[in-house]
Parts: sequence; structure tokens; C-alpha cells
Amino acid sequence: MIAHTLTQLSRALASREISSVELTRFYLERIERHNPKLNAFITVDPEKSIAQAKAADERLATGRAGPLTGVPIAQKDIFCAMGWLTSCGSKMLANFISPYDSRVIECFNAEGAVLLGKTNMDEFAMGSSNETSHFGSARNPWDTERIPGGSSGGSAAAVAASLAPAATATDTGGSIRQPSAMCGLTGIKPTYGIVSRYGMIAYASSLDQGGPIARTAEDCALLLNVMAGFDERDSTSLDHPKEDYMRALSSTFDDKPLAGLKIGIPKEFFGEGCAANVMHCVMEAIAVYRRLGAEALEISLPNMHLSVPAYYVIASAEASSNLSRFDGVRYGYRAPEYGDINDMYVKTRAQGFGAEAKRRILIGTYVLSHGYYDAYYLQAQRIRRLIANDFSGAFGQCDIIMGPTSPTTAFRIGEKIADPVQMYLSDIYTIAVNLAGLPALSHPCGFSESLPIGIQLIGNYFSETRLLNTARCFQQITDWHLRRPAPFDDA
Amino acid sequence: MSLTLEQVRQIAYLARIEIGDAEVASMSTQINEIFLTLIEPMLAVDTHGIEPMSHARDLTQRLRTDAITENDRRDAFLALAPETEAGLYLVPRVVE
Repeated sequence: MIAHTLTQLSRALASREISSVELTRFYLERIERHNPKLNAFITVDPEKSIAQAKAADERLATGRAGPLTGVPIAQKDIFCAMGWLTSCGSKMLANFISPYDSRVIECFNAEGAVLLGKTNMDEFAMGSSNETSHFGSARNPWDTERIPGGSSGGSAAAVAASLAPAATATDTGGSIRQPSAMCGLTGIKPTYGIVSRYGMIAYASSLDQGGPIARTAEDCALLLNVMAGFDERDSTSLDHPKEDYMRALSSTFDDKPLAGLKIGIPKEFFGEGCAANVMHCVMEAIAVYRRLGAEALEISLPNMHLSVPAYYVIASAEASSNLSRFDGVRYGYRAPEYGDINDMYVKTRAQGFGAEAKRRILIGTYVLSHGYYDAYYLQAQRIRRLIANDFSGAFGQCDIIMGPTSPTTAFRIGEKIADPVQMYLSDIYTIAVNLAGLPALSHPCGFSESLPIGIQLIGNYFSETRLLNTARCFQQITDWHLRRPAPFDDA
Repeated sequence: MSLTLEQVRQIAYLARIEIGDAEVASMSTQINEIFLTLIEPMLAVDTHGIEPMSHARDLTQRLRTDAITENDRRDAFLALAPETEAGLYLVPRVVE
């Protein structure tokens, strides 16, 4: 069963070869057995999951089922789910049982999917390694001494170890794509505004976007069909005609399915800082794309090197504002001992936030403060436009930009946590996409010393269909995406 | 630019985060390194005449009708609070 993709499981449920209860029990048993080694889940609640599975089986029996009815899905612990602990990886919310559903959870519930559990993540999605989680780091199933990537590290670890057939994730600076790359999975960050942020705990609101992590591009299309759509409760939700991402996938497959596709290779992605093994695998993958009929040309994104500074100013500024809501008054953590109200605030926030969240709140508070706002915050926003302009220039020459997702394979737990600058630089290829609001996908394209490597496909606004279809063509003639880590390959 | 310990203390106060002496020292070292190596190089870029981009897409704010869309769930929300009384959130006394 663990060899099945989400799409195959969906068909098996529809044809009643297997029931949702059987499938859910299968994954719950795997979680029980393997999660202690991976720490991929923060919360599992078998009773709730089985109840949903029973309801799904009834629905499947009546023929009113959708493609994800009865499919167990792991949900990142950033998505509020009614009655479930929704911690966002923080001590601040370690007692927060959500009183409502996020839009994304509503969508999966309406479809009759089963909530399999809530996955581990960096605190408030601030991190690239999952090490800032209050609940301890999730581990990479390919090497449990290594990080699974972040911030959606639990989601990626769960899918890679087949503890779930698919998972949700969010991406503010690479948090869907980088863990997908490091765990050998396919993940897509949609165009900003495609997936509603209602009930998705905010980190940097102008950058945050939800999306799926799964084995294949086809699986991602299936999930995005459920997750995407206009929601008036998110003021930045795009009122865009709903697409069927599955239907858009080529059903026929000939020799040159990508004939006419122009791939832009930004020279800035292949310079100093990119490990040789990553560069090699990505170039090999581009050669595969050429065999599929695509044409590759060199392009330039001249302001790429400014994306990390612009991101850390903008994201920290927005975080300092968003996280001001955690005050120990209405929900979440409150310090056990305090004097006056100010003392309650400062102690609650000192004890409730971890080091990385504090660091970003302080940087954000500083760049927004009087006398520094113009120099840092407005300058970062101007650079943001330069970066967005670079992309729109590039899309005048090419259809999809390709390069590495991450400059290295998964690093060791503890290797970078004491050095924030090195940690921030591990997102160097993913951040610009969030600043511009573009869609981008990562899919596996090789291994180095038994660790997966991902290639990143960046498209123009609303080109999810093209990205998914392009990746699917690659996955028709390669099998990197189907490899599974041996210690967890024990169905 | 280099932030002094006093400035870091002031920022932490503005952010309402208590910060001890040991923490203020390590935090200011890290923040100064982040500014120096990552952020400062951005300041030299000529952005004259470039409009700041405040959001991922240049959207205009949508208006909605002024209609009630939420039910009264006061009890459910109060149940999440650290301390409540008579349907109200309790905090330390602010006005004597």
C-alpha cells in the first residue's frame, strides 16, 4: 500500500477495493510505529480520524464521493482545525484547541477527506530546518540525523516515510519547496492568493501561501483542486476562475510532450553557494527536459542576491505585527507569575516564544520603528519590486524558470541552528518567488550520497497547470519521485 | 550600523518581550551579524523612483456588505482564555 500514490489510493477507494477505515488504520499504525523515530506529528487522534473514515465509507457507499473522500491527509499544524490542538509549533499555542476550521480544513472536510494528524513545523513557520519547533525537530527519513527541511518539515517527513499519502504545507520563503526537495517529494506553492489564508496562522501575510506536498505532480494537482478557490474571508484571496488542475494534465504522452516549452536557466542560480552535487543533478534534469522537447536558454535575474535581505526585513516586519496578538489575554500561553499588566505581557511573550521567533520580532520591530522605517522597510519594498520586475522581464523570454530548490542536500541537525545567517542563506533560491507572489514547484531529480535533490520550476502568475503538467511529463520517464527510504519501506 | 545593548533592550521593550542580561548580549550579537552581513548590503542599492511593493500582487481592497456573518460563540472563545469571569477576560488591574 505504501507504494501507492495518492491518485492510486483515490481510485482504490472509489472502486471499494479498500475502505477508508482500513486505509486510515493502516496509516495510523505506521505513525504509531515510526513517528517516535521521526517526530513528524505533533498530534494524532485515532478516534477522531476513524470517525471521519467511517463517515467517508458511508459516503463512498452512496456514490456521493469526491476524489479525496476517505483519503487520510496529514495537516500542517498551522491550519486551525476545530477540536484539534493547533500549536503552530509554539509553546505559545501548545494549549490551543481551535474553536474553528481554517478554510483549507473546511475544504478537506467538505470533500470527506480524513484528518490523519497535525504535523510538526518550525515555530510559527519561522525556520528552514524544523529545529525551531517547540516540540523538537522532525527528522529526515532518508537520514534521521538530518533535518527534513522547514518549515513544513513534519509534513515532508510524514509523506516521505509513508506515514501519510499526502500532506498540506505553507510557504513564506520556501517552506513547501525546500522540505519537498530535502525529503524527495513533489510540492507546489501556488500563486499568492489561490489558497485562502483564513484560519492559517499568520507569519508574514504578504508572503504566506498554502499548498500540497505529495509524491507526484499528479497527486499535487488532486490536492490543489480541493485547496484552491476564492474565499471572501481572506481579503487577499483572488477571485480567479476555478481551475481543474487534474484535467489539465496531459492524458496522452508522446515522444516530445514539451515541444515548444522554453526553459529559462538563471545564471544567478548556479554560482557560488550551490553545491556541486546539487548543480549536477539539476543540470541532468534539465537535460531530461530537453529530451522531452523543451528548449533551454540562459537568462538573468540580476537582483536575485537582494532577495534574502529584502525578505528578512519584510517578513520580520510583518511577523512583529502579526505576532503582537499573542498577549496572554484571550487564548494561548500566559506566564504563571507576573505583576502588573505590562509584566504579564513581557513575561508571557518571553516564555511563550522561542529564540527564532523573538529574533524576528525584534528585527521587525526595529525596521518598523521611527527613524529606520524608510531606510530598511521601504527600501526592502522597493527591492521587492525590482525582484518582481526581474521575473516579469524573464517571462518575456521563457515559459518556466528552472534551477535548484535548495543549495545543498539536507544538513545535519544542529549544524546551522546557532548561525542564523547560514540558516537564512539556505533559502536563497526560494525566497524571491514569495516576494514576487509567483507559483513554483519542487520535484525530485536525483540523489547524492543517498540524500534527495530537488529541482525548482518557477512559472508566471496562474501557471500552476503548466508547472504541474511539466513536472508530470518528467515523472512519466523518471522514477526519482517513487523512491522511498529503506528503513521505512516495510509495509 | 551596530545596535547597542541599550537599543536592543529598548526594541525588546517595544515588542513587549522580557529580555535578561545574558540574552540581550547574545541577541544583539546575532542581530548585528544579520544586519551587517545580510541586510546592510541592500542599503547601497539605488532604488530612486521605484514604487515600494507592499504586497505580493497589486490588489485593491475588496469591499463586503456590512452583514452579520458570525454566530455568537462567546462561551467557546472565553473557554480558551487563561482567566475569565462573568463573561469577561481578566487581566491585572490597570486602573486603581
